[in-house]
Amino acid sequence: MKMTVAELEKMAATLRLNIVKMVGVGQKGHLGGSCSLSEIVSVLYFSKMRHNPDNPKWEDRDRFILSKGHAALIQYAALAELGYFPKEEIYNIKKLGAMLQGHPDMKTTPGIEGNTGSLGQGLSMACGMAAGLKIDKKDSKVYCIIGDGEIAEGQIWEAALSAAWYKLDNLYVFLDCNKLMATGPITDRYDTNPHIDKWKAFGWHVSDIDGHNIKEITEALDEAEKLSDKPKIIIARTVKGRGISFAENVAAFHNGELTKEEYEKACAELEN
Amino acid sequence: MNYQNPRQVYGETLLELGRKNKNIVVLEADLGKSTMTVLFEQEFPERFFEMGIGEANMTSFAAGLSLTGKIAFTNSFAVFAAGRSFDQIRQGICIPGLNVKIIGSSAGLSDFGDGATHQSVEDTSIMCAIPNMTVLVPADGIETRKMTQKIAEYHGPVYMRINRHDLPDLFPENTEFEIGKPYLIREGSDFVVFANGIMVSKAMAAAEQLAEENISVKVVNVSSLKPIDEEEIKRMAHGMKGIITAEEHSVIGGLASIISFILRGKGIPITTVGINDRFGQSAHNYGELLEEYNLTSEAIVRAVKTV
Repeated sequence: MKMTVAELEKMAATLRLNIVKMVGVGQKGHLGGSCSLSEIVSVLYFSKMRHNPDNPKWEDRDRFILSKGHAALIQYAALAELGYFPKEEIYNIKKLGAMLQGHPDMKTTPGIEGNTGSLGQGLSMACGMAAGLKIDKKDSKVYCIIGDGEIAEGQIWEAALSAAWYKLDNLYVFLDCNKLMATGPITDRYDTNPHIDKWKAFGWHVSDIDGHNIKEITEALDEAEKLSDKPKIIIARTVKGRGISFAENVAAFHNGELTKEEYEKACAELEN
Repeated sequence: MNYQNPRQVYGETLLELGRKNKNIVVLEADLGKSTMTVLFEQEFPERFFEMGIGEANMTSFAAGLSLTGKIAFTNSFAVFAAGRSFDQIRQGICIPGLNVKIIGSSAGLSDFGDGATHQSVEDTSIMCAIPNMTVLVPADGIETRKMTQKIAEYHGPVYMRINRHDLPDLFPENTEFEIGKPYLIREGSDFVVFANGIMVSKAMAAAEQLAEENISVKVVNVSSLKPIDEEEIKRMAHGMKGIITAEEHSVIGGLASIISFILRGKGIPITTVGINDRFGQSAHNYGELLEEYNLTSEAIVRAVKTV
């Protein structure tokens, strides 16, 4: 599936609208860190990745692991648009017995590749997948998204070492730098910067982009594909809550509620 | 009596499995010369992953490998396998039921010299508490071999604890092992000892000694802690004057807790032989440590007489 830049931008807005619908009114939902990923997820699922919604377990598919599993809404938004499950499921999210759990669950949701949510673990899982695909001499790629709050977890750096040691050049990681952790700005609360020097020192190919610019995302992936012998990380500068004016850069919308008025405003902004 | 080292047996069996099945992959946290995964590494370097001293990453990495169809065996000392990787096992492996085998080596007090930090008194308890997990405690080299083969066939998460030392063979070589099944290994009509790991051979010695005093003791090897055939345990306890559990593990959450729970309300007295809510400590030899913690055949004899 290939889309133009304009189409991918439109898709990102559609995904955000799905996110808002899943958060709904009067229920908590991880709005902020899902919206910061809309363009990246749009490019991955609707342009870059080799996958088949009619055959989610297709052996030759590329894999996607959302290590920052609390942003599940963005992945559900994309999977719903792609037809991995009936779109109505988004209205059942987190209901007792529902397919869409609060964090990604591969047992209940077609298209989910691993169970994440306990932060810091998804990158290791992505590394293991990349290593497994290499054993089988598959050319499938593994995409993984981690967060700038998440990288305080020590396991991230264990994984970073192992990915470089095993030369997992089929591993493509986005670091979602939305600059806010649940309790406030990272630079005030617990600073995980600098990013570029750390990942370089750990032996990764590093690029640095505007994570809301479709062209930059696509070009960074295109460039990364030409490089071998090292895992690749794209530092994506993003805005938490992007696309919803009152939620942008507001830590309260990390896992927040929308009032009826806010819900309607968000929908109106995204439908335009 | 023939003795085999369960670590050596495990390492050899893993290698044999690797020869038969190319999907077997092995992960190690810099203890391969002790856990004996070094045997697999030598023959199959492309399917062996040295993960350095990083158990958390090793465990989630194994989850990832299993997601590409591999049968992943992770290896460390039991105390680290169950302790340092608990959350990785719980979240990434057991919730989705992935095909990862967690092997806890040098379990119980068997790493006698290294002391409390390296001795696992609570590993099976921790692992049994996780839904979807299978927890196994082999009693000798022969059972270690059968279990290793069986868990490679079984699809799903497994925790298996392995002792560090040479253990006497208790079973014939052709013994079959089935996950979930308690094994009656000595008939008896007065008391029953439910034991696992090294305590099975000690229970056999105790039963032998008590037979001389005309006390008839049944011995059951509960090498599969979870799942466990509850009805079979109830049948085995039926009509007994007393029940004894014996394990090289804390009495909290392991065999003692499981058997007591299954037999609750049956009106049969139960006594436990195990580690009474204490950490281990260093000792110059294993036997000395087992005596200090009452993990002996004499302790089982006393338990039978006082239950």
